[in-house]
Amino acid sequence: MADVIYPRLIGARLRSQMSYRASFAMDFVTQVIAQWYELIVILILFTQINALGGFTRNEVLLMYAFAGAAFGVADLFAGQLDNLPTYIRTGSFDVLLMRPLGTLPQIMCSDIRLRRIGRITGALAVMIYALTHVPIEWTPAKVVLAIATPIAGSVIYSSVWVVACSVCFWIVEGREFANAVTYGSNAFTSYPINVYSRPLRWVMAFIVPGAFVAYYPSLALLGKQDPLGLPGWVGWTSPLVAALAAVVAGLVWRFAVRHYRGTGS
Amino acid sequence: MLAGMTTNVVFGLLRVAILVAALKAANGEIADYDIAAANTYVWIGQGLLGFVLLWGTNELAERVRSGDVVVDLYRPWHLQGALLAEDVGRGGYAFLTRLAPPMLLGMLVFPFQFPASPYQWPLFLVSAVIALVTCFGCRFLVEVSAFWLLDNRGLYGFWNISSGLLCGLTVPIAFFPEWAREALWMTPFPALVQAPIDVFLGHGSVVKLLLYQLFWAAVVLALGHLALQRAVRKVVLQGG
Repeated sequence: MADVIYPRLIGARLRSQMSYRASFAMDFVTQVIAQWYELIVILILFTQINALGGFTRNEVLLMYAFAGAAFGVADLFAGQLDNLPTYIRTGSFDVLLMRPLGTLPQIMCSDIRLRRIGRITGALAVMIYALTHVPIEWTPAKVVLAIATPIAGSVIYSSVWVVACSVCFWIVEGREFANAVTYGSNAFTSYPINVYSRPLRWVMAFIVPGAFVAYYPSLALLGKQDPLGLPGWVGWTSPLVAALAAVVAGLVWRFAVRHYRGTGS
Repeated sequence: MLAGMTTNVVFGLLRVAILVAALKAANGEIADYDIAAANTYVWIGQGLLGFVLLWGTNELAERVRSGDVVVDLYRPWHLQGALLAEDVGRGGYAFLTRLAPPMLLGMLVFPFQFPASPYQWPLFLVSAVIALVTCFGCRFLVEVSAFWLLDNRGLYGFWNISSGLLCGLTVPIAFFPEWAREALWMTPFPALVQAPIDVFLGHGSVVKLLLYQLFWAAVVLALGHLALQRAVRKVVLQGG
């Protein structure tokens, strides 16, 4: 049943958003500009310096683009979780529980905003520029890695989003905590992680597995040594980390939903 | 509030790390900023962000769209003045809850550049208050545009996206290329965040900075007043 309902639900959402063309076009452009905010920051910094943490401008742009594309896709599907506090506070989460479908996919399909594709487009443009302007010795395996990286990254971000938002089942107004982790990890992963202090790096790169979104895959593509001393094959493990993160996120979500109590109204 | 603080501090830590890494790559100094100045810049910026309320609510525009604004307009007050008074009051509370905590954190935990002379403290406060008034004036202009646009969410979104960069919150304006620097200082944006920070750090002449801020505060408030006056003539009451 679910395989018929979800495509229809998503289709209906997309059609409704495309019906106001001018408004959609403006939203789209705004999202592209929003994505390029950090790009402008990087470009400004590199008018003053030649390297950041030992990486050139185009290498940093590659990490930023991987992070941006992955975050854009995650935002498209998992961004709706930001509405979770409203569902819980008003009791409309009960409705989701009554339907014979999973709660998580229901929320993810509830409000897909097509304009977020603007973010992804903005990041992909930079990714193509960066991939063609950094020194990479291309092999078939590296082509696969370049394609797999944003996909694995978006799974990692989505998992982080699910875990962070699960906090809202205990702390109803926990959204800002969640945003510190979700949006924070996007900002974090856009730069080489060796620029951060050790405690920040441990939390944001390894506990929240942000280092595997862009940093390690980029090192593997560039054939560079990790300044932090991890071996080269780590860059190829992002899909595994993504799978692991997804499993953890699924378990946390299930645990959290079990602790949900309706508001009784 | 605690949750808001967490987000504020996390982003502060990230920005400090990147600026410090950039400074290290440039032998410790870029355009008058050393590591202590960069830390100070970030933590004051994180505080000012909430104090001047860079990203407001767009509530007035929503009231224009729904028609509720009529209630605001027929009260015996000057709408802009009343909202400004409300915003200054909010600022008093935000001083304690939004501006002071990140600055204290910066002073206690990070290398911090204290002002060279004690006079800079009250001058910084004056500059921050003018920044708050200017920021209110800018947001008011964005919101009043709803009288003409009806749906100002595009403009409001654009303000939210671009103001952080243009007012010098994310990267000091001194780091920008020369042409961008000169262009930005001709706009009101640096008056919102960069100018108070410059007063605190002692970058540039204090008198010049305060006069620049006062000029733009007066201009945006006057523009808002004119816009409101014209808008009122446009309002059509639908039944009642």
